[in-house]
Order: sequence, then structure tokens, then C-alpha cells
Amino acid sequence: MSFWHRFARNRGALLGVFILTFFILLALLAPFLYPDSPWRMVQRPFLAPGEVEGFPLGTDAMGRDVAAGLAHGAWVSLLVGLISTLAAMLIGVPLGALAGYFGGRVDDVLMRFTEFFQTIPNFALAIVLVAILQPSITTIILAIAIVSWPPVARLVRGEFLSLKQREYVEAARLVGQGHVAIIVRQILPNALSPVIVLASLMIATAILLESALSFMGLGDPDLMSWGYMIGAARTVMRQAWWLSVIPGVAILLTVLALNLVGDGLDDALNPQLARQR
Amino acid sequence: MLYLSLIAGRLGKAVLVLLAILVFNFFLIHAAPGDPALVMAGEAGSTDAEFIADLRERFGLDQPLPVQLWHYISGVLTLDFGYSYRQQMPVLDLILDRLPATLLLTGAAFIISLSLGVLAGALAAMRAGKPSGSLIMGLALLFYATPLYWVAMMSVLLFSVWLEWLPAYGFSTVGANYTGLAHVGDVALHLILPALTLGLFFMAIYTRMTRTSMLSVAQQDFVRTARAKGVAPGVIQRRHILRNALLPIITLAGLQAGQMVGGAVLTETVFAWPGIGRLMYDALMQRDYNLLLGVFFFSALLVIVFNMITDVIYRLADPRIRGAA
Repeated sequence: MSFWHRFARNRGALLGVFILTFFILLALLAPFLYPDSPWRMVQRPFLAPGEVEGFPLGTDAMGRDVAAGLAHGAWVSLLVGLISTLAAMLIGVPLGALAGYFGGRVDDVLMRFTEFFQTIPNFALAIVLVAILQPSITTIILAIAIVSWPPVARLVRGEFLSLKQREYVEAARLVGQGHVAIIVRQILPNALSPVIVLASLMIATAILLESALSFMGLGDPDLMSWGYMIGAARTVMRQAWWLSVIPGVAILLTVLALNLVGDGLDDALNPQLARQR
Repeated sequence: MLYLSLIAGRLGKAVLVLLAILVFNFFLIHAAPGDPALVMAGEAGSTDAEFIADLRERFGLDQPLPVQLWHYISGVLTLDFGYSYRQQMPVLDLILDRLPATLLLTGAAFIISLSLGVLAGALAAMRAGKPSGSLIMGLALLFYATPLYWVAMMSVLLFSVWLEWLPAYGFSTVGANYTGLAHVGDVALHLILPALTLGLFFMAIYTRMTRTSMLSVAQQDFVRTARAKGVAPGVIQRRHILRNALLPIITLAGLQAGQMVGGAVLTETVFAWPGIGRLMYDALMQRDYNLLLGVFFFSALLVIVFNMITDVIYRLADPRIRGAA
């Protein structure tokens, strides 16, 4: 069965792809659909969804268009999720690969280092990093990457530990390939499929982290984000509950979709495990 | 004796982690844009040049970095975490004042999430492939994907604003001055929503872990042996599979406890729960870096204590690893 066949057999994964496509399109089209800044006051404040034509999701406490905020926020969420996950991979994959491949001392030192980062409470560390380095999209991405790489390192290390015993690695060594060539060209490609599954789940976690940071008032002050919208709606929850419900549902759907896609990728890339589900 | 050396080893490791956090804190403060003395003066609400020079001298900011680092660490060793100019109190006093509320919240959330999560996960494993099993896993996925602070807000909206069943914020009813049992009941009522919303996310994690763990134990040889001997299926599920599946969950639960301390920051912020998480939010709002780093240190300390406790429980629960320290 082909990759796509196995993936499509998981109906949840298809639903995930569908939801995700919607939000990706929304993010990409945001500058065209809502060319104005989402921070601009455009109507009376506290318009309920559908109350005035042209504002299908209403306006917030400052008279800003909620639909515009949602579209521009989609861009921020997906961008931060994707780039911070890539950055976490750039830290975690090399560390895990070195630890698993060389073992012994190298492994000990690198795993102690990883354990240290796993011990520190993730969210508290992210808050401290962003607060002191000053909130901006760069520091937010950096902080999320710093708190989320340890699971990658552990996973890659485990894969390398078992794959380095395989015959094709022995063969490469006998032919005289160097460590770098063996790590990058022989083992890494075979270790990638669980890493890809983990990456899709990490994007989801990164989106949750970014939204929580923005909710705490640590978002990039120039960029509209879903977490900020919820945080701003908190004080007016009694007057306008929909202001907190709408961006919350957007986060929920995006994170859910990424998890469903991750499960589907798991089924498709590791078919021998799929039967257990 | 074995226990003693084990605990000593663990303590040594914990001290190393805490030292590393202190060094990290120290360099982070120095990486912050702006001069620490100016920051402190700003916190104290003054721009007087003499006051700033005085601060610089008093905190040794004119000395070389390694000396400053030594002062910082030796200060912490004598339990001096600095002074919060915003709140006009030593950082340590502020934190110790708020610690019990956080312990109560995270403790309650931990018990709720672990017990309900294991129960739901066990049910899902026994009904794997049936609609009821899929429903449990679907709900777990839903809770896992929902932002913690948003669930908290929605529960306030539903249970406090619309249904008016439970208080929306705080630790106890302001001005009621209950004593004895009435006070305990009042606090418990205020605890329900924060503990449930914090526990929900972790419950989802434990549900998924328990199911996976049980399904993998179910494939082991001793389960097949028990089945072949004709042991009743219910007994196999409870005594053979669940018991063995619980062991890895204890370890993972300890790891997750660390994330629970982080989650408490969000829950306490939404519910105005007077713990160290809310203190962290206040420190953020007021740019009170001494206090922020103090809370960060204590949250890491809490995680280490949690991990040590679960480690001990794990070793008590599994006789096989008692000998191997």
C-alpha cells in the first residue's frame, strides 16, 4: 500500500488535513482579505457576530474587527509553530544523533544536559526567557525552541542506538565511510519517520505555547495573535463571551488538526504498528 | 543503607540542577537589555544618579562578573533571593507566603488527573476497538488540544457566570471570615474549578499513556499464560495487565508534574488564585525581575521535589528494582 493510501485510511487524519488547509489558506490570504492593520478601530465596539454587515464575527472592546484578527492571528500561530519546531529540530537532532552514535562519555554528558532542560518547568522557562529578552516574534520562537528540543534529542538518540547495530551501517564502516557520512547519509534517513511524526505534534504544542505566552501579555506587540485576543477578552467576558470563544475555538481546531495529522502520519510511516490502534 | 545512598545520589543531582539554574538566572539578568542598576532604580521609582550609584555599589554591580556570580549564589545559599522593590518585601517572604496555595492547587489537580486519567485509560484499553473506547480517546484528544487557560475561562463562563454554581475567582469568600470547617468548605468550593481545569489537560495525557501501556503489557507472555490457564478476563485486566502497566505511568507522571507547575501559572492567573503562579504574572506585569527569577527558581525546586517523591514511590512499588540503585 502506498504512503498516501495508508494515510487516507485514517479518516481523522483526513479531517485534520481539511481543517489545517483551511487555516493555512486563511493565514496566506489574510493580507489580501484584510489589508488594513487588525489593530485598527473600524466600527463600534462590542458588535455581536452578524449584527452589522461586513463584520461576520463582530468587533472587540476597542472596535477592532474580530475576523481580521483571526486571519492575521492564524498567520502568527502557524508561523511560530513551524519555525520554532524547525529550530528545536536543529538543536535536538544533532545532539541526539551524537549521543546515540558515539555512546559512552559523549552520551552521558549530552543526556545530562538534556535532562537538565527536561527538569525545568517548560512554561515557566519560556516566560522568563521572553520577559527578560523582551517580547518579540524572534524571542518567542527562540524560547519555544529552547523548551521543546529535549524530546527530539531523546527520540533521535534511541533511534541511533538501535540503528547503529544494523548490518548496512557495518558495511558502510567497512567501506571506509567516516563518522559524519555514516551519521548523515546512512542512519539519519532511516531515523526520520518517527521524527516527522513527533514534529507534527510539536507544532501543535508550540502553537499552544505561543498562545499561552500571548495570553500572559508576552506576545509580539506588533503582531495580532489568538492568545492576545483571548487575553484581551478576559476582562469583558461577562459582556461579550464570544470574544473569548471565537479565538479559543480557532486554537482548539488547529491543534486538534495537527494531532490528527500526526496520528495519520504515524499510521502511514509505521505500518507495522498501525494495527494496534 | 541502599535507600540512603540512593537518596544521597538523587540529592546531589538535584543540587547540581539548582546551581545550574542559579547560574542561568544570573546570566539571563545580565543579558537583559539595560543596566541592572537602572532597572532596579526604575522599579524603585527613581532616576536619581546618586541613588543609582549607591545601588551599583550596594549590589556589587561595579565588580567583575565572576565575583558578582559568587555573591549571587552565596546570597541564595543564605536564603537571600533579593528584594522586590515593587512589593516592598523580600522575594523569599513573598514566595513562601504564596507557596501553600500552589501546593494545594497542584496537589489536588495531580490526584484528580492521575486517578481519573488511569481509570479512563484502563476503560479505553479494555474497550479498544469498540465505540465506547474510541469515544474516551476522542475526548482525551479534545482536552489535550484545548488551551489550558481557555478551558479555565470557559468553565468560569459556564459554572460561575451562567449557572452561578461555583465562585469564579479567589481562594475564599472575601469578607466572609469563616472559621474552622466552614473555612475549609469555602476554600474547597473555590478550589474545584481551578483544580479541575488544571487537571483536565493532564488527565488527557494520563489516559493516553495508560491505554498505550496496557495494550503493550497485554501482548506479553505472562498474560498469554494467564489466559491459557483460564483466569477470568476481568481478573487478567485488573491484576495482571493494569498493575504492570501502572509502573511506567508513575515515572511519566513525575515528569508531567513539572509541567503542572508551569500550567499552574495560567490557571492561577485566570482564577486569581493566590499562589506563586499568580505571583509570577504580577511580577511580569510589573517588570519585577528579582521576583520573576525567584519564582522561576522555586518552580524548578518544586519539580525536583515532585520527581524525587515519584522516584521513591516507583522503587517502593516495584520490588524488582529495589536492589539496583
